Amino acid sequence: MDIVVLIKQVPDTASRIQDRVKDGAIDLEGVTWIVSPYDEYAVEEALRIKEAKGGTVTLLSVGPERSASALKDMLALGADEAIHIQDAAFEGLGPRALAAVLAAAIGKLPQAPDMVWAGWMAADQDQGLLPIYLASALDMPHVSFVTSIEVGEGSATARREIEGGKEVVEVDLPAVFSAQKGLNEVRYASLKGIMAVKRKQIPVWDAAELGIDVAALGSGGLTDVNISTPPERGAGRIIEGEPEDAARELVRLLHEEAKVI
Amino acid sequence: MSEIWILVETRDGEVTRATRELITIAQGLGGSGVCAVALGPEGASAAARLPVDKAIVVVDEALGTYSPDGWASVLAGLADTHGPTAILAAATSRGRDLAPRVAALRGSDLASDVVALEREGDALLATRPIYAGKAMATVRVAGNPAMATVRPNSAPPAEGAGEPPVEAATLPEGYAPRARVVSVERESGERPDVSEADRIVSGGRGMGGPEHFALLEDLADALGAAVGASRAVVDAGWRPHGDQVGQTGKTVSPSLYIACGISGAVQHLAGMKTAKTIVAINKDAEAPIFAVADYGIVGDVFEILPHVTAALRARGTG
Repeated sequence: MDIVVLIKQVPDTASRIQDRVKDGAIDLEGVTWIVSPYDEYAVEEALRIKEAKGGTVTLLSVGPERSASALKDMLALGADEAIHIQDAAFEGLGPRALAAVLAAAIGKLPQAPDMVWAGWMAADQDQGLLPIYLASALDMPHVSFVTSIEVGEGSATARREIEGGKEVVEVDLPAVFSAQKGLNEVRYASLKGIMAVKRKQIPVWDAAELGIDVAALGSGGLTDVNISTPPERGAGRIIEGEPEDAARELVRLLHEEAKVI
Repeated sequence: MSEIWILVETRDGEVTRATRELITIAQGLGGSGVCAVALGPEGASAAARLPVDKAIVVVDEALGTYSPDGWASVLAGLADTHGPTAILAAATSRGRDLAPRVAALRGSDLASDVVALEREGDALLATRPIYAGKAMATVRVAGNPAMATVRPNSAPPAEGAGEPPVEAATLPEGYAPRARVVSVERESGERPDVSEADRIVSGGRGMGGPEHFALLEDLADALGAAVGASRAVVDAGWRPHGDQVGQTGKTVSPSLYIACGISGAVQHLAGMKTAKTIVAINKDAEAPIFAVADYGIVGDVFEILPHVTAALRARGTG
C-alpha cells in the first residue's frame, strides 16, 4: 500500500489570532507553527496501514521555508519520504490551485499512490476543501471525516462521522481520505526517529520542477475582501445567592430577559 | 440574478432544519427564485413539499444511497444544463462532503461554513469564521455558479409547505459511484447533535468525571438541548469526540450555550462565542469563560445544576 499524506503547517491552536487582526489582515509574525492537528491523525493512520500491509508513506507539504520543520516532525514518526513543494508563486494560492499543484506532484512520484490522506481541514482557514478538490483533480473517489477504516484488496470500508452517528462507506482504491478527530491516537516520535531525521535532506520541488505554468493557475479560490474580529462580548452579570435561588433567577432571566427559553 | 439552488438534505424522511434555513437565506439574496434540488426518492418527495419556487429532482433508485462522487457528478451535470447563479448547501457532514466535489467539477468558487451571505452582482459576498472563529473573513465568491455551505443556525428556517412545480430529471447513463454509503450507524438517544442544536449544555473538566455528565444530560433533556464537551474531557475519554466544541471540534452558534465546569481555553471560546446567549457555571470566579458569559453563577456545578434543571421543569418551558 503506497500512501501519500498531505501536511499543512498552521499557527498553534492556542494562538490568540483575534489580537493579530489589523487593517483587514492577520499579522502572523512571531507565531508558533505546528502541524495542523487533523493532519497528524492522517499521518498516524497512514503509518498504521503501512505497518499492517507494507508499502510506503510519502509526505507532501506546500509552503514556505518554515514548512520543512513540519515535514521533519512527521518524518520522525516513521514516514519514508517527504517532499517540500516550495515556490514563491505558490504562496497564498486558493485550494483549487493548490489541488492542481499537489496533483502534479503526486503525478511525479515514482509510484502512483493507492491512498491519499489529509486532515479534513487545516486549522487556519477552516475550509475543508483541499482533500476533495484534490480527489477530483486526481479523478479518485473520496471519503471525508473518516473515524475508522478497514483496508482490503482494491477497496476499503471507512466510517465517516455524521450528525448523530456514522456512515459506513465502501470505496474503490485508489482514493482520497480525510481524517477526523477520533480516528486514532497519534504516537510520539522515538529518539531514534528524531535523530535519523536530523540528517535527512528533504527534496524541494518548485513550479519549474513540477512543470506548472504559474500564470495559468489563477488564484484558485476566493478573494479576501476583509478580515475582522468577531464582535467582542462583554462580561455579563454574575447571579449571586444560594444555589436554589441563583438557579431560579437564571431560569427567569433566560426566559424574560434573554428570551431564549 | 437568476435562480438560486439549494441542495435538499433529509433525515428519516424529513427535510432537515438546516435545509429550511437555506431557503430563508436564498430568498434574502433576491433573484428570479429559489429552486430546491434533491437526489433520490426520499429527497425528491420532500423537495416537492417545500415552500420554494421550483424543484428539480432525480428520483432514480440508484440515488437511494449517498455517494459523494456519484451525486456530485449528477449535480454538476444539472448545473451545466440549467445554469443557476448560485448553489447553497448546509455546512453539515453531507453538505461539506458533496458541495466541494460539485465545485471542483464545475470549477466554481465555494465558501465553506458561512454565517452570512450577501449578493454582489452575480457574485456572493460571504462571511465565514476562520481560525475556529477567532477571526471572521469576508470573501468574494465568483459566479458560474457561486457556491457556499452555510452553517446551521445562521438564519431562521422557512416554515410551512408549498407545491412548487417539479422538474423530474433523469439519471445520466453510466452512473457509477466509486464511494458508496452501505449503511448508517445511528447513535442511540434522542438528543440533537451539537453542530445543529439550537441549545447546547456543555461540560468541562470541572464535571469531575464521566459519571457526572448525567447531571448535564438531565439539564439538556429539560431544554431539548445537545450535550457538548470541552477538549480536555474528550481527550480524557469521558465523552466522544463528536461532542467536542471548539477548535479541533465543532464550532457552533446556538441560541443558548450553557458551559458547566469549563474554564474557557482560547480554543473553546473561539468555537462557541457566537452563541446568542451564554451561561457559565464554574467554581472559579476568575475563569475566562465568565468574560464572555451573559449570565454567570460562581459555585459548585454539582449543587447548582440539579436546581437549574428543577427550575426549568417547574416552569415547563421547552
